Amino acid sequence: MTQVLEALRPYLLPAARVVIAFLGLSLIAAAMIWIERKVLAHLQVRLGPMRVGPHGLLQPIADVVKLLLKEDIVPAGADRFIFLYAPVISVVAAFTPFALVPFASNDIAPDVNVGILLLIGISSLGIFGIILGGWASNSHYPLLGALRSTAQLVSYEVALGFAIVSVLLLSNTLSLRGIVEKQAELGIWFVFLQPVAFFILFVASLAETNRNPFDLPEAESELVAGFHTEYSGFRFSLFFMAEYTAMALASCVATMLFLGGWQRPFASIRALDFLDFGLPLLIFGLATVWFVKEIFHAVSPTHRAVLVVFAGLAAGLTGSLFVPGVMEAIGGVFWFLLKVFAFLFVFIWFRGTFPRYRFDQLMRLGWHFMIPVAIANVIFCALGLILAQRPGWNLEGGVWAGNAATLLVAILLAGRRRYERVV
Amino acid sequence: MTFYQASFYFFAAVAVASALLVVTRRNPVHSAISLIVTLLSVAGLYLQLQAEFLAAVQIILYIGGVMVLFLFVILLVRLEVTVRQEPFNRQLWIAGFAALVLLAELGVAFYLARGGFSLPAAPPTALQPNTELIGRTLYQNYLLPFEIASLLLLVAMMGAVIMAKQR
Repeated sequence: MTQVLEALRPYLLPAARVVIAFLGLSLIAAAMIWIERKVLAHLQVRLGPMRVGPHGLLQPIADVVKLLLKEDIVPAGADRFIFLYAPVISVVAAFTPFALVPFASNDIAPDVNVGILLLIGISSLGIFGIILGGWASNSHYPLLGALRSTAQLVSYEVALGFAIVSVLLLSNTLSLRGIVEKQAELGIWFVFLQPVAFFILFVASLAETNRNPFDLPEAESELVAGFHTEYSGFRFSLFFMAEYTAMALASCVATMLFLGGWQRPFASIRALDFLDFGLPLLIFGLATVWFVKEIFHAVSPTHRAVLVVFAGLAAGLTGSLFVPGVMEAIGGVFWFLLKVFAFLFVFIWFRGTFPRYRFDQLMRLGWHFMIPVAIANVIFCALGLILAQRPGWNLEGGVWAGNAATLLVAILLAGRRRYERVV
Repeated sequence: MTFYQASFYFFAAVAVASALLVVTRRNPVHSAISLIVTLLSVAGLYLQLQAEFLAAVQIILYIGGVMVLFLFVILLVRLEVTVRQEPFNRQLWIAGFAALVLLAELGVAFYLARGGFSLPAAPPTALQPNTELIGRTLYQNYLLPFEIASLLLLVAMMGAVIMAKQR
């Protein structure tokens, strides 16, 4: 027995990380169901879910139970095997890339030297869940939704790729950990050196994750529910989970490539060091105070009990910050997740703000604007880097000159006469 | 049998089996899925050879790009016709003869090259980062062929666009 344990020892830590990452992401996906409904509701001056638990806090649990208890329907004439396993492809492709994401400098994620390529490659497999699910349903709306989705993803993946290349020009490495460490070394985040690439990557991520204003595959008014029209219950919830996980992954990519990963904002300014401890304390402290306040406004004993549990959790988190060593251990993860959640909030904010694009507009934006601008950015920033080696120039100056040239191209492209609608 | 041997035989077996499925399935979508599995297991073999760059590019280009477009085209075609078509035609004897010749040729090649398969053992430490090596080779030693190949692809792409526009 002890021999077996001894032999398994090198695998225990990675296995623990896998389990923690999987549970954490599932938790984030569940929380996102609640956060999305709540934030959207408040953006539209509604209350959102209020019944299940205080402020609807237990709504995700109710939703999950409802979905799991629903009948698992396979439509007549469907390709049974593919229909049943398409959602699994989506989920696997959405969760697997997190094995490569370094959440903190003390994370044991493997430092693959082609990390970013492998991450993009694995996550792009998720599209097969959409195509095959839409095709196997043997129904018109899912098929049309799947076709749209494919065209959209293939188009925006090009712009996404070039935005990543703009970062690689500066980082000189494909390793995710290397990219974050390069930003620490330069003392400046790539979002300040490559603002245009950041914009392109963000818009392309919106399109890749089928979010507003690019949620055409699921346009209710045109396609019912897009590729997952025929799915119900558990399999529908798998697609749902894959979508939220893919959003979290896109946020992680943007965080690592542009926002310095696990670093605190302005890490080089010593005067702001109090933030290392102050901000987590403020956030968890405020959460505790809010839960305790709500206990006195609870509408029923059940709600009060739930609030007491949440208040206890928040207070426990706040208190644990004072235990020596805890802050050092979780600091990186805290900043990383803070940035990821900021992105997720913007995703929801966009959904509450922008109208949906028409399909030809989406394609025109992708091919006539995003891709040319992304290519121009790579070329001009590469030229800028050569310029930066000349005397009297520095890295920032060269790259900013490149960005300015790209912006000029973007303005020229945007000002061009609109193409006639070609169908 | 070590873990590496086991994983090699696993990937190799999956690659061969799914490659067989590609040519025997009647439904083109099933064939395409089998081809995806083949390409994935080949990517696994690349990973085993410590060629991470090749594995990543294999996944991004062949699976994430080419196969997606394959499926896209297949979805636009009416499948009922292809499913009912006879997958084998009357040329069984000719095809069988050609396959036998090919097999014999391979056998002879293996026989002549026997003993030439003993490569030096890989160093116990990790190999050099192959991304940088591939980059240097492509952009320094073979820059001209590389540019010619990309020009060729550009011409092919423009030709396809023009042919599509003329209709």
